[in-house]
Amino acid sequence: MKITLHVNAGERTVDVEPRTTLLDCLRDELRLTGAHSGCEHGVCGACTVLIDGEPARSCLMFAPQAEGYEITTVEAMSPAPGELGIIQDAFCAAHGMQCGYCTPGMILTAHALLKHNPSPTRAEIVEAISGNLCRCTGYGQIVEAIELAAQRLRGANTEAAR
Amino acid sequence: MKAAPFDYARPKSLGEAASLLAAHEDARIIAGGQTLVPMMAMRLARPTLLIDIAHIDGLSGICEEGAQVVIGAMTRQASAEKSSLVHAKLPLLAAALPWVGHTPTRNRGTVGGSVANADPAAEIPLVLVTLDGEVRWQSEKGQGGCKANEFFAGPMSTELPASAILTEVRFPVWDGGNIGVGFHEASARRSDFAYVSAAAQVQLDGNGKCIRCALGIGGATPFPVKLDAACAALEGTMLDAKDIAAALVADVAGLDIMVDGHASPAYRRRVAAALAARALSDARDAATGVRA
Ligand code: FES
Ligand code: FES
Repeated sequence: MKITLHVNAGERTVDVEPRTTLLDCLRDELRLTGAHSGCEHGVCGACTVLIDGEPARSCLMFAPQAEGYEITTVEAMSPAPGELGIIQDAFCAAHGMQCGYCTPGMILTAHALLKHNPSPTRAEIVEAISGNLCRCTGYGQIVEAIELAAQRLRGANTEAAR
Repeated sequence: MKAAPFDYARPKSLGEAASLLAAHEDARIIAGGQTLVPMMAMRLARPTLLIDIAHIDGLSGICEEGAQVVIGAMTRQASAEKSSLVHAKLPLLAAALPWVGHTPTRNRGTVGGSVANADPAAEIPLVLVTLDGEVRWQSEKGQGGCKANEFFAGPMSTELPASAILTEVRFPVWDGGNIGVGFHEASARRSDFAYVSAAAQVQLDGNGKCIRCALGIGGATPFPVKLDAACAALEGTMLDAKDIAAALVADVAGLDIMVDGHASPAYRRRVAAALAARALSDARDAATGVRA
């Protein structure tokens, strides 16, 4: 079936089987491979995208269900091709990743958290990322990366800086 | 693509959704999809038609109606979690919602979906049973409904008529002050399926005596149950640890505990007693203004 999705502030029309998950649609049809495919049944958070600004698992939604919502993937976190947004940069600076598989989901989850709560406590960060599994880092540096991003974002004064 | 093929429909009205459901034997309603989609990915569910009710007017929203708070079936769990009405009038639901999955699944998952799905470990059905709530539905034949304690029939099984759509869930609001709640769960990891969960809401008089008590157990049993005898025994007491322990004995011994590979029945029964006692004492402390 033909569906039109609002992705990263653009409109994209695709022709997919209804059983195509939003995750597969983003990756295979729209070539937005930042959303990673981990468990594909809602357990790991690697596929996290923002739906109307809030984190959701793109493997737990069929593409036709996503019509009418604003979908944001990690690709939109970078201000320009080849550049990193503040949260992404903080993940590099704090070594908040090893293999990087969980990272797009972590970045988007952190983005939504910091939008609502610019100064989260450590416990609030841990709670926010509790639905995202990381098999490498042990989480410590991810939490530090989000703390660093929060600190830098509080210092930045433009929305574009994210 | 992991799910078996299906057709997708996005009806604009409840009537249209009800006729689609009545006309297709293997049709399923999809609301938030946070349980149905994984079930389809694992091919434990293979509907041939998915009826998406997310865009039907009037199915979402939270309002007060008489002595009840009415939550539309399509209301996202995250919206209920943020609702000031829920916090003010349904403190037990407010305490339970953060335990439902994780933030990303609560952003999509719905209150009605959780109730219709009837997972024994689900928190919203437990609160609904504990507070003696009600459910309402609609089918081609018209509207219907029943009490929460008549609705749940077993794991993932309810009395919802085959071609009916759950439309709203109704939670009674307790009148007056000195109300406190407690909610506890035991699971392998935070926000995993609960082996046992306990929900308690109590009301005290000016002297700290319990005048109203509601206590429910979930996770351990095929569907959530309210411990009516314990509640009756606790009314009129000061909810001391020994009152609580004594009141729980018979009801906990009588629980019809589920048998599965995750936890033994003896463990679940012990934990049910412990968590029920903890939920009750938290509720008592909250009602008296003591911070736990
Ligand atoms: S791939 Fe979606 S939660 Fe794991
Ligand atoms: S960095 Fe490898 S899974 Fe998180």
